[in-house]
Amino acid sequence: MRNGEPIIEVEGLVTRFGDNVIHENLDLTVKRGEVIGIVGGSGTGKSVLLRTILGLKKPDAGRIRVFGLDLAEMPEQERRVHERRWGVLFQDGALFSSLTVAQNIQVPYREHLQLSQALMDELAAVKIAMVGLKPEAAGLYPSELSGGMRKRAGLARALALDPEILFLDEPTAGLDPIGAAAFDELIEDLKETLGLTVFMVTHDLDTLYATCDRIAVLAEKRVILIGTIDDMLLSRHAWVHEYFHGPRARAAFAGK
Amino acid sequence: MACRGPGRRAKWPRRQVEARGGDGLAGIRNSAGREAGAAPRASCETGVDGQTLHIVAAGDWSIVHLDPVDRQLRALLAAPPAARRAEIDFAAIDRFDTAGACVLARTAALLRDRGLTVDLKNMSEAQRILIDKIDAGGIPEPVRHLSEPLYIQVTARVGEAVRAIGEEAMGMLGFVGAVVTTIGRTIVHPRRLRVVPFMHHMEKAGFDALPLVCLLTFLIGAVVAQQGAVQLRQFGAEVFTVNLIAIIFLREVGLLLTAIIVAGRSGSAFTAEIGSMKMREEIDAMRTLGLDPMDMLVVPRVLALIVALPLLTFVANIMGLIGGGVVAQIMLDMSPGVYIQRVQEAVGFWTFGVGIVKAPFMAATIALVGCRAGMSVTGSAESVGAQTTRSVVRSIFLVIVLDALFAMFFTAVDI
Repeated sequence: MRNGEPIIEVEGLVTRFGDNVIHENLDLTVKRGEVIGIVGGSGTGKSVLLRTILGLKKPDAGRIRVFGLDLAEMPEQERRVHERRWGVLFQDGALFSSLTVAQNIQVPYREHLQLSQALMDELAAVKIAMVGLKPEAAGLYPSELSGGMRKRAGLARALALDPEILFLDEPTAGLDPIGAAAFDELIEDLKETLGLTVFMVTHDLDTLYATCDRIAVLAEKRVILIGTIDDMLLSRHAWVHEYFHGPRARAAFAGK
Repeated sequence: MACRGPGRRAKWPRRQVEARGGDGLAGIRNSAGREAGAAPRASCETGVDGQTLHIVAAGDWSIVHLDPVDRQLRALLAAPPAARRAEIDFAAIDRFDTAGACVLARTAALLRDRGLTVDLKNMSEAQRILIDKIDAGGIPEPVRHLSEPLYIQVTARVGEAVRAIGEEAMGMLGFVGAVVTTIGRTIVHPRRLRVVPFMHHMEKAGFDALPLVCLLTFLIGAVVAQQGAVQLRQFGAEVFTVNLIAIIFLREVGLLLTAIIVAGRSGSAFTAEIGSMKMREEIDAMRTLGLDPMDMLVVPRVLALIVALPLLTFVANIMGLIGGGVVAQIMLDMSPGVYIQRVQEAVGFWTFGVGIVKAPFMAATIALVGCRAGMSVTGSAESVGAQTTRSVVRSIFLVIVLDALFAMFFTAVDI
């Protein structure tokens, strides 16, 4: 597959919790090699969309194709194989608390591959360096890490199998501005070197400006607008206008 | 299977390994449908040509198929051939990821360490970026899992355990002191007592435990009576079943059973409630608002349990006696009237008194252990679980130890 081809296609997605409809006929296409940012007000179902694409929640209607394949239709065994082709960073890293950082990174190696311990140790060390953690972090347990370090360690685990798609749920929430900026650079860097497609749910305007190729706005139970930052700035939709022209947006934009 | 460029063939003596993963791994790419016409497995040809060590990498150098070539390259470096230069040829690599880059970058770095000049030939732009990225971080020291020799581990664990016991004992003593002073202040200023939480915990730890306590003590009473009747019948002394059941229940079993049930039910609940508040920083929030968590959380629970446990014990005693009475009726044909009369003859006030006097002490122990474990929860949800387990184990242990101490005391004072 080449860059620019659709890698995630969502068609006519409907999700609800009881009577509460979250998405109604939601369509979204993500192209290979791009960084797409999902924005929307609280409760518009950004995280639900992410979880639905990942197969953690069943859609009530509609079709989701990832890598051109309908994963929901696949037998369990086969789906597992494809799930290894993406990496997910959950909000607080979701590291396994009983394992050290290095062991966390090695979980997918142990589970899916047959590698020597020496090679696994080396790869864990490379991933740890890659996400900008100090080598000493390898032997620490998640409870001994700060929030920013946990996110980086979570990212290292998400990158363990060199995924094609990286899903990020609020990657910069709770980080200090320096840490958040470093995280933006890291994502940009990884996209360049590894050719990743990045699907990012975020509220951080700086991140949107710094890293995203396209932005999709969730509102009124669907994607109302998708395009570049410039498209967002031109939009006349009230919420989009307020979001991208508010005081914080102006400040973030002025810095660019 | 390995890609061998025709031009590179047979110029030097060659050792070659092709990676053959297990079937499970072989299935990954095929079913994954990555790149039609699947790339060949990773392979690596090495050979020495005069002063030059040639390493030709070919095929799929992604993590899935990497292990055999990694072993091969490690073996090569363990016994390096005599050479001044090394050439690593990337031309025939079809797929490449950080893992492949890591193996080749490490090989190159180690060869450089041995004084060889290393050439990386025919790299694509993407491969160069990856190799640079890994080189930039330096080839990190692999993560070592240090483990001490066994005798040091054993000594260390024993020492750690002893130290922990000492620390826990000191901590508990401090906690008991703090609770006692807070209760003292509450007695001086009765308005400090939080009446609503006190009643709430009375209900939860006492009233709500009634069905369970009643059922269990009834059953145990029946079982003890039945076993006693069977054994005593052998001596023709089955009438003494009543003495057995009355004394054993009123003095020991009624209280012990109740205390153990309450430790499992309420002691653990105290730890979990206070622990999750501690975890969510609610307790710190209380302090910043000028509220004393001792007043708010600990004292109501301790006092509630001190009141509730004797009441529960009383009910438990009655239920145990009723259980025994039912068995007496069935097995010994003893009517309830006779049973009650025989119970009256068998027990004096202190038979009952001994049991009930112990109850407040047990209650205080359970509540203090539970609250203290809750207070020692640290940040993670895992520690709430660990402390809850610890609180239950510790309070049951202490309840039984306390009971043994009381038994010695009452023997000494002849009650």
